[in-house]
Amino acid sequence: MDWDALWLTLRLGVVTVAILIPLAMIVGRWLALTHIRGKGLLEATLALPLVLPPTVVGFYLLVAFGSGSWFGQTYQKLFGHALVFTFEGLVVASVIVNIPFAVQPVQRAFESIPPDLRDAAATCGMSWWRMIRKIELPLAWPGILTGLVLTFAHTLGEFGVVLMVGGSIPGETKTVAIAIYDRVQAFDDVGAGRMALLLLAISLVTIALSYIFTQRLGRRYA
Amino acid sequence: MLRRVFLSAVVLALTALPVRAQQDVPVIVAASDLQFAVAEIAENFTKQTRRDLKLTFGSSGNFARQIQQGAPFQMYLSADEQFVFNLAGKGLTLDRGTLYAIGRIVIMVPHGSPLKADGTLADLKAGLADGRVTKFSIANPEHAPYGARAVEALRHAGLWDALKSRLVLGENVSQAAQFATSGGAQGGIIAYSLVLSPAVSKLGNYALIDDRWHEPLRQQMVLLKNAGETARLFYAYMQSPPARAIMRKYGFVLPGESS
Repeated sequence: MDWDALWLTLRLGVVTVAILIPLAMIVGRWLALTHIRGKGLLEATLALPLVLPPTVVGFYLLVAFGSGSWFGQTYQKLFGHALVFTFEGLVVASVIVNIPFAVQPVQRAFESIPPDLRDAAATCGMSWWRMIRKIELPLAWPGILTGLVLTFAHTLGEFGVVLMVGGSIPGETKTVAIAIYDRVQAFDDVGAGRMALLLLAISLVTIALSYIFTQRLGRRYA
Repeated sequence: MLRRVFLSAVVLALTALPVRAQQDVPVIVAASDLQFAVAEIAENFTKQTRRDLKLTFGSSGNFARQIQQGAPFQMYLSADEQFVFNLAGKGLTLDRGTLYAIGRIVIMVPHGSPLKADGTLADLKAGLADGRVTKFSIANPEHAPYGARAVEALRHAGLWDALKSRLVLGENVSQAAQFATSGGAQGGIIAYSLVLSPAVSKLGNYALIDDRWHEPLRQQMVLLKNAGETARLFYAYMQSPPARAIMRKYGFVLPGESS
């Protein structure tokens, strides 16, 4: 069992969630309420990673962040190392490919809050922050949790983008999904099988937990 | 509840951030024909020097591309000298490196395959004619040196045109070996060094292919610009008698020796 890879993968999942979920809450709520022109196009852009092959995303990231690009060179000057083939690079890639998994459930959750509720809160003299905390967040919570779980689970399993911008460096960019691929190539089917089973178990538990949570919350606020 | 979850997530994330290796553990990338040989050499090296290495195996061409993209590798063991010379020409390496081994290719057929392990490729030719061969595995010749040499050998034997449409391409020679032995293909042309490991040899039979049928697999290694002390020590260790003995055990012809 490659514990390094497992620890790295879990860390990547947590960091991705920690960065992406607050952003998704801001963007998702704004998208739920706004009526600007071009909203459809914006939503389509944010949903792109759902349908784009991971190799396309990986290729663009490689071109954009590689040492040949303006961004890559600036980053290298600032931090002394390239962004691709590092954990930070994986985090950036992971945040980008997970945008739809985080934003969409959050947006749906905020959309489903009846506008009357907000009006009533305002009429009662609730401050904006209080209204968010006492009314909107409790109602949107199942959607936020769904976004969180989907992002986390999807990060654990992401393969194509990690393969392209990661470089399979132990302890740095070698996630469990990549480690399984490596083990198969090293003719170590036992090792690959063990890790595959573990990933299966973690994914199942994560998704199951989210269903249980949302059902409970759904009942409470029904 | 919500706040607690996010707080703990942020705390976890922050403790997780300082991941850059503090001590000198170099990332060393090696052609996948070295999967078993260099893993064994590295193990001995770590035992003797108590210095750890991070080894990654893959296709030589991919590594060359990643090095150009700024990958933080310290040492590169290619299956083909040309990749090393190209990187050296771009000023990405310390020097032009050292020849550490010459590789050989074999035809491998899994147990129960209708093909015979015949180094002259005569049975492969017959198998193509009578339809016994539907899938045959080699490494991707575009970026894997062992794949390119396999194509040359197949051309030499006059089988390329007939076999072309039945090829399955591994991302590197190790994956090609995986394909060749997993039963999905009737055989493949892979690295001699791989079939000499117990994990692979038990999966089928093999025969060496005449090395005059293809350009030599001159395997060159090189230190990259950011190589630290451990990488330099390992570079020297690769050329020491104990390391050479292991390379010989895995069927490599060593520089200065004849097969």
